Amino acid sequence: MSHTATLVAELTVLVLAIFLGFEVISKVPTMLHTPLMSGTNAIHGIVLVGAMIVAGSVHQDGLIRVIGFVAVVLAAANVVGGFVVTDRMLEMFKKREPPKAE
Amino acid sequence: MGTQGVNLLYLVTIACFVLALKFLSSPATARRGNQIGAVGMVIAIVATLLKSGVHITWLMVIGAAIGGAFGAVGARRVKMTAMPQMVALFNGVGGGAAALVALAEFHDLAPGHGRIRGDVSVAILLSALIGSISFSGSLVAFAKLQELIKGRPITYPGQKLVNAALFGSCLAAGAVVLSGSEHSWLLWALVGGASVFGVLFVLPIGGSDMPVVISLLNAFTGLAAAATGFELENNVLIVSGMLVGASGTMLTLLMGRAMNRSITNVLFGAFGQVSASAAEASANGASGTVRSATADDVAVMLAYASKVVVVPGYGMAVAQAQHDVRALADILEAKGVEVTYAIHPVAGRMPGHMNVLLAEANVPYPQLKEMDEANAEFGRTDVALVIGANDVVNPDARNNAGSPIYGMPILNVDQSQAIVVLKRSMSPGFAGIENPLFLNPKTVMLFGDAKDSVAKLASGVKSL
Repeated sequence: MSHTATLVAELTVLVLAIFLGFEVISKVPTMLHTPLMSGTNAIHGIVLVGAMIVAGSVHQDGLIRVIGFVAVVLAAANVVGGFVVTDRMLEMFKKREPPKAE
Repeated sequence: MGTQGVNLLYLVTIACFVLALKFLSSPATARRGNQIGAVGMVIAIVATLLKSGVHITWLMVIGAAIGGAFGAVGARRVKMTAMPQMVALFNGVGGGAAALVALAEFHDLAPGHGRIRGDVSVAILLSALIGSISFSGSLVAFAKLQELIKGRPITYPGQKLVNAALFGSCLAAGAVVLSGSEHSWLLWALVGGASVFGVLFVLPIGGSDMPVVISLLNAFTGLAAAATGFELENNVLIVSGMLVGASGTMLTLLMGRAMNRSITNVLFGAFGQVSASAAEASANGASGTVRSATADDVAVMLAYASKVVVVPGYGMAVAQAQHDVRALADILEAKGVEVTYAIHPVAGRMPGHMNVLLAEANVPYPQLKEMDEANAEFGRTDVALVIGANDVVNPDARNNAGSPIYGMPILNVDQSQAIVVLKRSMSPGFAGIENPLFLNPKTVMLFGDAKDSVAKLASGVKSL
């Protein structure tokens, strides 16, 4: 694919993702806004993929190696921390019977 | 593995992430959604390891182990009351990673490879700029919430001018890069400038405006990740980043609407002005007497009520009183009192903060009422129990056009038969705004630490 064609395809995906994002997220109830925030926080940890591509590239000098290393550390913390924190929160939103008034 | 195979795996990841968000539409399925998201992330990591051109190095493995361990320990140890700062921290490191990837890409491409394609340059510049602002801004937000630095807005003369000049220079550095001058230091300068800008940008925003800032920084990191996707021609980054960008933007707008303030006003509103006018307002403010009560008096009121609405605020989070509140509610319910909770959208320091704390204390979520639903109920409420909330119950927002919070939708607790306000002292709230609710003849104040007071109320009600 030519560069322009790739760019157009990427922009198409981007715009569709914006609409999809608003569509899906507007269905999330207020009660779950904190988990939504920390869950999306975990999702943007996907930047780890970018960090790994940089850290694992072939032709690299010392500087890139250092930057890649730090980027992997930060992104990995983002991913693991994000998912674990969200899981802890959502665990508390278990379905419960409201206590009966006597 | 070939590029197409890897891209197919990335597509599976995208599907997992969308499902994860979809499952968040109900508390019953939300946890499974998050697990699906985590599976999607693992698939993306495996796919990247299989990608041709990516060599697994020791540095990469060690880096992932260090970061992962830090994230896991931090996430396991953090108390629910400290959740906003933890989310801010994880958000910041993500933004930092995006900025670093941009730096590395630029350093790799800039010299010797001829001119970088225009669209890639733009993507690198954007992810460096937004990622750096998100990184340093989130760290400041973390420090404020953790009370390492003053939570109140920090202002100084010429602040806006300095910020504008700094941001302008960052854009100028970007423009020079775009015009074809591909010196590595230009991007370093941009990253440095944007990081300082992130600090200066968040410093003047504080306290009850935190939910807006946190949401906005969340959107920033998402956008930075999406820009990284353009840089590396990687769809999974573009889609995931944009999903987060959409979510953060939406939450930011919702928070702004809940305070009836435009986002620009929250971000650049120079809270200093508001404080000044608030001081003026309180100087010639209404006079009246504050009635304070003992825990035993209030316990009697609660025990003989038929409907009690609890209005929690940041004060409940600070005092970590959520478990005691639940215990009090249990005792009241055992006596036949109906207890519900009225949650204002911007109560606390992040969107939905109060819901998470009450969920931690095992409060059944059907008892948590959103603002509109709660306001419909105050008319037939015997006692509204305000625990550490202030601005979100201030009737001035409804009645006093001179008040800085005029127009903000509030919880109309003053429509209940009686109001009990649990407060540390008479000192004005975060913004220094006078609250006539405290002078209302229907209001009694119960001074003291929220956790102590609630525990006293519980034992008081029990002994009746």
